[in-house]
Amino acid sequence: MDAIEAKNLCKSFGPVTAVDDVSITIPEGSIFGFLGPNGAGKTTTIRMITGVLIPDAGTVRILGTDVQNDPLAAKLKMGVIPENGTVYSDLTAWQNILLAAKFYGMDRAGREERATEILDRLGLAERRDDYVRTFSKGMRQRISIACAIVHSPPVLILDEPTTGLDVYSRRLVIDTVRHMNREGSTILLTTHNIEEANALCSIVSIINRGKIVATDSPEKLKKTFDTSRYIEVSFDRAVEPGLFSAPGITRAEAWGDKWRVYTDDPDRAVKHIASAAERSRLAIVSIATSNPTLEEAFVRLTAGAPP
Amino acid sequence: MTDYATFFRSIAVITEKNMRIYYFKGPVVVFGLLFPLIMFLTFFIGRNLDLVLFFPGFLGMMLFFTASSVGPLITPWEKREKTYERLISLPVILESIIIGDLMAGAIFGIAITAIVFTACAVFFPIPLASAGLLGLGFALGSVAFAALGTLLASPTTDNPSNIMMLSSLIRLPLIFISGIFIPLSQLTGPLFLLTSLSPLTYLVDLFHAALNGDAVYPPWIDMLVLLAVIILFVGFAKVIQKRNLVKGI
Repeated sequence: MDAIEAKNLCKSFGPVTAVDDVSITIPEGSIFGFLGPNGAGKTTTIRMITGVLIPDAGTVRILGTDVQNDPLAAKLKMGVIPENGTVYSDLTAWQNILLAAKFYGMDRAGREERATEILDRLGLAERRDDYVRTFSKGMRQRISIACAIVHSPPVLILDEPTTGLDVYSRRLVIDTVRHMNREGSTILLTTHNIEEANALCSIVSIINRGKIVATDSPEKLKKTFDTSRYIEVSFDRAVEPGLFSAPGITRAEAWGDKWRVYTDDPDRAVKHIASAAERSRLAIVSIATSNPTLEEAFVRLTAGAPP
Repeated sequence: MTDYATFFRSIAVITEKNMRIYYFKGPVVVFGLLFPLIMFLTFFIGRNLDLVLFFPGFLGMMLFFTASSVGPLITPWEKREKTYERLISLPVILESIIIGDLMAGAIFGIAITAIVFTACAVFFPIPLASAGLLGLGFALGSVAFAALGTLLASPTTDNPSNIMMLSSLIRLPLIFISGIFIPLSQLTGPLFLLTSLSPLTYLVDLFHAALNGDAVYPPWIDMLVLLAVIILFVGFAKVIQKRNLVKGI
């Protein structure tokens, strides 16, 4: 049985079509990444999947249970970390987790044992009796995750869980996602961080302007754009982009103190760069070729998306 | 909906959450406790009025203000604090949220009004014509006006002060047309007709029946009107909040 099965989801807000006939099937046990630029429809899709937003058309099933027809049973199978949702700042960390556990019908002993275990794992055991209003954003997000996983949900849905977090909190979130997946949870996460999706996800869907434009494993998506590789090169002084105008070079971008030169023929492009550097009496400080990335696939698939 | 245990549990947990978080918020204390007390002091103290005659009106006003003060705060507050989105992603449905908010308001109303009633009964010779009617008045009145509070919280906003202002705009005029400051039995003509439009009139009248035994309407009419008001307010709250969910606001 599929963990999440969303079919033909549509949602419009007035004249704007936010989600247009989106279908997603997520097999049990997988980590599914949902990528897309801002305003592409990721959060709207997630809100429909979690039963927060009523779709104009389409159905969502969580482990076979229809979210619209049987929302309570479907929501019992989910743990959700909404992008625009946080925990109660007027309650302590401990009270927030116990409150969430009560919604899932856990008994008192089970609630307390699980809350202790999670707070410990998330590095907040010493702050359990502090009000959440005194917490940093990263700590609040960890409590939000604790509330979502307290009942060991078979399906865990995270909407931009690492956005704006410090390195430590981010690492804890990623570790928790991996841990939950090892424990048997199916994960659906949206992220802006392509490398994060690349490292975590077994399947990735890319959404653009409300439509799914690609769904595959990260490696297969990268191979789709195997014709596009890039060369990273830096010189001893600043250069103009015209230096890279040559057949076979599709585009060149300034990349910090380097240039990233995209090409479908690395051999030809490297030779061109070397000869152009010699003509202009430039010294090459560093040069490296790279395989296609998921980011390149993302950029290609979402080309023309509004910034 | 098939899982009644989850449904009732969600109502209980939402009620508990509301009681724990919102009972001591400033707007609830000001509009639920201080406001009726100030109204009482303004209109009753120093005017040599028959306290026994006016006590049902005061009790009705107290229950009205306390029960309707919690509901308007909850949803706008949760939307502002961004806890609402998390709440609706938990195993709850719209009905759980509405009833949970309503229950928190009703319990607050009953508790505070019962304390005031008991304290007054200790110091003043308050008659009691029917304890059963008094209990029914407490139950129906608290739920009806907690439902009003929940309805007032339904329009889309994440600014609690907007809703508290709207709530005062609706609640304040009601106390002047509900037989609190002038007993219903002394009203005639258009004024009497005007009072019949206010749901608070029927609670005050029910308290008159329960305490002094001098109600204008038969108690079953008061109870029927209060029941209808509950159904109407909860129904409207559900329609508005469902529309908000469809619009994603």
